[in-house]
Amino acid sequence: MIRFLAKRIGQAVAILLGVTVVTFVLSFLMPADPVRMLAGRSATPETVESIRRELGLDQPLPVQYVKYITRLVQGDFGRSYRQKTEVSALILSRLPATLLLLLGAIFFELLIGMPAGIFSATRRGRPSDNWIMAFSFAGVSMPQFVIGLLLLYLFAHMLPIFPLGGYGTLNHLVLPALTLGISGGGWYSRMMRSAMVDVLRKDYVRTARAKGMTERRVILVHALRNAILPIIAMIGLDIGIFMAGAVVVESVFGWPGIGQLAWQAIQMVDIPIIMGVTLVAAIGIVLGNLLADLVMPFLDPRLQLE
Amino acid sequence: MTGKETPAPAETVLAVRDLTVGFATETGAVRAVESVGFTLRRGRILGLVGESGCGKSVTAMAVMRLLPTPPAFVESGRILFDDEDLLTFPENRMRTVRGNRIGMIFQEPMTSLNPCFTVGFQIGEVLRFHRGMNRDAARDRTVEVMEGVGIGAAGSRVDQYPHQLSGGLRQRVMIAMALACDPRLLIADEPTTALDVTVQAQILNLLAQLQERLDMSVLLITHDLGVVAESCDHVAVMYAGRIVESAPVEDLFTRPAHPYTYGLMSAIPRLGRRSEYLPTIAGMVPSLDHRPVGQCYFAERCPRAGERCFREIPPLTSRRENHECACWNPHDA
Ligand SMILES: Nc1ncnc2c1ncn2[C@@H]1O[C@H](COP(=O)(O)OP(=O)(O)OP(=O)(O)O)[C@@H](O)[C@H]1O
Ligand SMILES: [Mg+2]
Repeated sequence: MIRFLAKRIGQAVAILLGVTVVTFVLSFLMPADPVRMLAGRSATPETVESIRRELGLDQPLPVQYVKYITRLVQGDFGRSYRQKTEVSALILSRLPATLLLLLGAIFFELLIGMPAGIFSATRRGRPSDNWIMAFSFAGVSMPQFVIGLLLLYLFAHMLPIFPLGGYGTLNHLVLPALTLGISGGGWYSRMMRSAMVDVLRKDYVRTARAKGMTERRVILVHALRNAILPIIAMIGLDIGIFMAGAVVVESVFGWPGIGQLAWQAIQMVDIPIIMGVTLVAAIGIVLGNLLADLVMPFLDPRLQLE
Repeated sequence: MTGKETPAPAETVLAVRDLTVGFATETGAVRAVESVGFTLRRGRILGLVGESGCGKSVTAMAVMRLLPTPPAFVESGRILFDDEDLLTFPENRMRTVRGNRIGMIFQEPMTSLNPCFTVGFQIGEVLRFHRGMNRDAARDRTVEVMEGVGIGAAGSRVDQYPHQLSGGLRQRVMIAMALACDPRLLIADEPTTALDVTVQAQILNLLAQLQERLDMSVLLITHDLGVVAESCDHVAVMYAGRIVESAPVEDLFTRPAHPYTYGLMSAIPRLGRRSEYLPTIAGMVPSLDHRPVGQCYFAERCPRAGERCFREIPPLTSRRENHECACWNPHDA
């Protein structure tokens, strides 16, 4: 267990370091110049140069990177170019909203994806299976802002059950989480279906039937326990996909989370924020995977922590 | 268990009559089992032998009503278990038979146990479900049953997972699971095929012991005539979905009537017969969708085939007491 964790933490550090290099290089490859964005159109070349020097952007890229990393390991994410506040403070203030959205999204993804996938698998090749898979394909392929706007139109405008946007109550959470749940649920249902179809062919499922178990028990106990492993692994991976969706959905619903922060930062070429958000997302992905790997041996005793 | 002269035949536990099972495939319906019939009496072991693909497992699964429908469908027949036709049972009543009055074990002990649950859970489940036991009672009884099938240290093994056990132990767990509710009938589908030779013998001995102790009937499916010779009272030989010969075990081995059985016998060196014949019978079993129509399925491979064999399907007819054969030109006629 200790060795497993040590190994995984080592891996995580390497991954995160890689992420910082890539985002760092990418943000400087952006066609927009952050200094000019800050200085405004009417600024004199002297002002531009002084801002550039002030931000340390006049130095060569490798030097900037080393400085960035040195501060990062001390827990300093830097300051926003525009708002001048600590990036870590900005991110921390918005983290709870995004985590809440993440939980809501996973809840709806599983609520939609698992039953649909299980049902489909048990009716493989029949019309109900085809219909469910068609719906899941629609959910997967529809852009999230379209799903979001559709839900807003249906359940906030036509039937004013939920608020149009904002943050505060559980009611505010439903539509944004459902938006992510519908698009992610499509993936989960496909994954659940294929895992289930696979497991239902296994000899131990035949054994369970030969023992006289009800079909319900065969599927929900004997088969599901085996078929759920890829789903757990997927939840671990999901955080990365979720962050991409959060950028869109938080903007559509005015959800004050990290996605919105990132979206604004990208528009302003506020590199420290972009770097910070990317890093936090990467940490989230690494943690999600680690958590999934820690949970799986409890579900499948054959898996040992390696 | 053989050789006891019982004056009155014991009661019939399982009687399969004229069972025909088809599968709907993309190229049309095929018959995996055709007009199969046999009788299994109380406390006896009936061997069902035949080459791979001849329909042994399909027959067993039909008795358990576990064939996936579709594609499988029972075209005709009756499966009388304790004088009741299982084919007429609604599904929920059938569930009270499976694992309770009929136990079943399979060929692959490695894959037939669920890797995610302890063996104790998997055995105990049968007791909780069919006997209404609570967890504690089921656990105690599970340990007893495990001891009964010769699993040492059952008290600790009960909490182990299948992957922690050897193949032989897993098959013992399967047997424990099948026998936990004292079934009247045990269907064992090639229970030893996947095991080492030494373990095979142990498992067969165990089955024979348990059969006698519990006075149950066993339908033992195998393609190994050696296993049949050691364990069975009566044998039914299947070929291409049909039963071609059915006889008490000694009679079958000493006086095989069907040319197919005859060929099989000469393929077993350990019975001490002169090996004048090839160890395997020349030719191929006709595949399901290419079975000849209106003739003996064995005719193409048969050294004794005559003109009639290509014109008419030979019915299973009685030759001697308890000895039936489906052939127009049997040995020893
Ligand atoms: N689901 C299915 N669809 C179509 N054909 C099937 C299906 N299941 C079994 N069959 C066919 O039924 C025939 C009998 O198969 P069965 O499994 O009963 O053979 P077996 O005698 O048990 O052979 P083995 O010794 O290999 O276990 C085979 O030809 C097989 O292809
Ligand atoms: Mg078989």
